[in-house]
Amino acid sequence: MATIVSAPAAVQPKNKSKSTSRLVGGYAARIVLGLFFAFPVVFMFVSSLKPDDQIFSDLTSIKAFLPVGHISLDNYSNVFDTVPAWRFLANSLVISALIVALGLLVNSMAAFALARMHWRGRSIVLAAIIATLVVPFETFALPLVWWVNKLPWLVMQDGSPVWSFGWLDSYRVQIFPFIANAFSIYLYYSYFQSIPKELDEAARVDGASWFRIYRSIAMPLAGPATATVAILTFLPAWNQYLWPLMVVQSENLRPVMVGVSYFFQLNVAWGPMMAYATLITIPVLALFLSFQRAFIGSIASSGVKG
Amino acid sequence: MATQTRHRPTAIEVSPKPELPTKRTEARNGALMVSPAVVLLLVFFLVPVLLCFILAFTNARLVSPEPTRFIGLDNFSRLFQDPLFWKSLRNTFYFAIVVVPLQSAFALVLALLVNSQHKGTNIFRTLYFIPVVTSIVVVSILWRFMYQPEGLVNQLLQTVSFNTIQGTDWLNNQSTAMPAIMFMSIWQAVGFHMVIWLSGLQTISAELYEAADLDGTNRWEKFRYVTWPGLRATRTFILVTITIAALSLFAQINVMTNGGPRDATSTVVFQAVRVGYQQQATAYASAISLAFFVLVLTVSLVQRYLTRDKD
Repeated sequence: MATIVSAPAAVQPKNKSKSTSRLVGGYAARIVLGLFFAFPVVFMFVSSLKPDDQIFSDLTSIKAFLPVGHISLDNYSNVFDTVPAWRFLANSLVISALIVALGLLVNSMAAFALARMHWRGRSIVLAAIIATLVVPFETFALPLVWWVNKLPWLVMQDGSPVWSFGWLDSYRVQIFPFIANAFSIYLYYSYFQSIPKELDEAARVDGASWFRIYRSIAMPLAGPATATVAILTFLPAWNQYLWPLMVVQSENLRPVMVGVSYFFQLNVAWGPMMAYATLITIPVLALFLSFQRAFIGSIASSGVKG
Repeated sequence: MATQTRHRPTAIEVSPKPELPTKRTEARNGALMVSPAVVLLLVFFLVPVLLCFILAFTNARLVSPEPTRFIGLDNFSRLFQDPLFWKSLRNTFYFAIVVVPLQSAFALVLALLVNSQHKGTNIFRTLYFIPVVTSIVVVSILWRFMYQPEGLVNQLLQTVSFNTIQGTDWLNNQSTAMPAIMFMSIWQAVGFHMVIWLSGLQTISAELYEAADLDGTNRWEKFRYVTWPGLRATRTFILVTITIAALSLFAQINVMTNGGPRDATSTVVFQAVRVGYQQQATAYASAISLAFFVLVLTVSLVQRYLTRDKD
C-alpha cells in the first residue's frame, strides 16, 4: 500500500537568492490555493452562527469569513425545530456503520478465498468481480429501484413468518445493495497476495481451519487494507444522496443528505441551511482531520492499480 | 481438520500426504467464504444490469396496474426523437470535455506543489483535500449560495476588479450555468486526483532525478523527460476515473439548477432520474440508462485504446 511520504526528489538549489525568492513564491502560491479550497467551508461555519440579514450584509467585506456581529446558536435551534435532525444523523450513522462493518467482513472473506485458497472457478469469479468496476452505479440505479420493489422479505405476522414483497422505504434497502463492493474485494485481494503463503501452510500443518487462518492470521496482518476499505466505504455511505432520494419516502428513515431538501422551500432560510450543512459535515470533517494521513493514504493506494 | 483419509490407490502412490480430502475441504470452504459477496453482487449488481437491458424493451412502470409487456424498440424510437435527450447528451459531453482535461491538469499542478520536503506540506495537502471529504450535496448548497446575483462570487469579482466587472446571475443564465457548475465540480474533486498523482509521483525513482541533475537539465526538461514518462500508468487511471465521474454528473445539477435554466444543465443521468423516479417511467429510464451505459463503455474503451502500451 502506498503511503504518502515526503518526496525523494527535491530540487537542488544552485543559486541561493534565487532559491529564496522561489521558496517565498512557492509558499505564497500554496497559501492562496489553501484559502481557495478552504473558504467555502469557513464561510459555512461562520454563517451558521449569524442571522439571515447579517449573512447578506457581511458579504461585501471580509466580515463574511469572521464570526463577528450577532453571533448565536439560534440557527441550530431553528434546525432542530424544523427537521428531525437527530433522527437523520442517527439514521446515517447506523446505515454507514452497518455498510462498513458488513462490507469489511463480506469483502475481506471473499478476497481471502480468492487470494489464498484453491478452488475451481476461482479465476473466473475474480475476473467477473473486477469487470464490474467499469459499470458506474448510475447506469443501473433505476432498474435497481424497480427490482428492489419486487424483492421478498420475511416478516412476522401473528407469530408466524410470512413473505412480504417490496423493499422500498426501509433501512435494508439503504444497506444491502452497498455491502459487497468489487473495489474493496480488489484492495483486500492485492493485500492478501502480498502476505507470504508459508504462514497459511504452517497453520494448516498445525491443524488450523481456513476460517481460523482468515480470522487469526490474515485479518490481523491486513490492518492497513482494513483502514483503507473502511474509509473508502464510509465516505460514500455517509454522503449517499441519489439512492435514498429514490427509495425512501418516510421521514423517520431518511439519511442526512436528503434532509437538505427541507430547507429548499419557497424562501430558502440560509442561516438554518448553513447550520444544517455544518451539522452534517462535522462528523466527516472531524474524522478526516483526526485520521488525515490515513485518509490521504487510502486514496493514494486506490490509484496504484495502474 | 480433515484427519480422516479416504484412500484412493492412485493418489496414495503419487503423494505422501492424504491430499484429496484436504483439497476438497479447501474448495468447499473457499466457495463458502466467497458466496456472501457473490450472492450480493448477483442480486444487487448483475440482476439490475440485466434488467436494464430487458426493461428498456418493455412498458414497465414503478407502480402500474397493467402487466409489464414487451414493446420492442418503442422506447428507443421515442428516445431518439426526444429533444431533451439530445440536449442532455450534449450538455454531458460539454461538461466532460471541459472538466476532464482541466481537472487532471490542475490536480497534477497541485500534486507537484505538495510533493516536496518544504515545511507545512502536510497542512497544504489537508487543506486541498477538504472539499473532497465534504459531501457534494453540501458543496452544491454552498456554491449555489455563493453564485447568487448578490452572492460572494460577484462581490469578490467586484472587489478584485475595482468595480469594473459586474457578475451575473450565474445559475439562472443559460450560458453561465454550466460553466459555473464545472468550476465548482473541479474545485470539489481536484484534491482527490491530486492525491492519486502524488502516489504516482512517488513511484518515480530519485536516482532518475539525480541522473538528470548530472546532465544539467532544467526543471522543465526534468518534468518532460523524467516525471511525465514516469506517470504513464497513473495518467491512464486518472483519465478513465475522471471521465466516468464527469459523465455521471447528477448531484450538483439536482441541488443547484434542477436541470435549468431551460434545460441548459440537464444531463443524461439527471434526465434518467427525472423520468424514472419523478415520472415513474422505469422502462423509458432504462432505455436512457442503457444509452448511458453504451456511452460510458465506448468512451472508456476508446480511452484505453488510445493510451495502450505501444511497445
